[in-house]
Amino acid sequence: MKNPLESLPMTIAMGLVITVAMVCLVSAIAGGGV
Amino acid sequence: MEYEYWAFFFRWLHVLSGIMWIGLLWYFNFVQAPTMPKIPDDLKPAVGKYIAPEALFWFRWAALSTVATGLILAALNGYIGQALALGLTDNVSKHATIGFGMWIGVIMAANVWFIIWPKQQIALGLVEAEAGAKPAAARMALLASRTNTMLSIPMLYAMVSAQNLY
Repeated sequence: MKNPLESLPMTIAMGLVITVAMVCLVSAIAGGGV
Repeated sequence: MEYEYWAFFFRWLHVLSGIMWIGLLWYFNFVQAPTMPKIPDDLKPAVGKYIAPEALFWFRWAALSTVATGLILAALNGYIGQALALGLTDNVSKHATIGFGMWIGVIMAANVWFIIWPKQQIALGLVEAEAGAKPAAARMALLASRTNTMLSIPMLYAMVSAQNLY
């Protein structure tokens, strides 16, 4: 199976997914904060 | 000089270094790597022997400079500890966000210095290695570089949002 990182569009798509996950984690950590 | 000025000064150096670093990362991934298969064999050494080594010099030192100036900036701004703890100690959104950006940036810089640069040295023939080692090193360098391209997206989201949303 081809490594998804060999495809630039897949690389960008995975970066966007990680971004969403990160935003959710920040919300979980400091959801009620400032 | 005002304390705030020095924080700004290091932010300026941080942005200059970061543009150099990520600009070259994106050059490698969006321009050089996809174009290499299309370049005639007799012209390939121009990239491998001249352009890539020079680009890699600025790339790896800009990575180090970006991390160094970023850590100094976080210290001057008084949130380095809270940020490195990902905001878990104070539940402040800005600290959690910049902390994710900082850790991703540190991982990316380590990737540059400990994987991409050593593998590129083998792939480009800048160090002695078995002839058969070159393709494996080139593939590893590409995948590590692509990993950094992937991580640059959340890293920049964290950096810019920490500065502008909170």
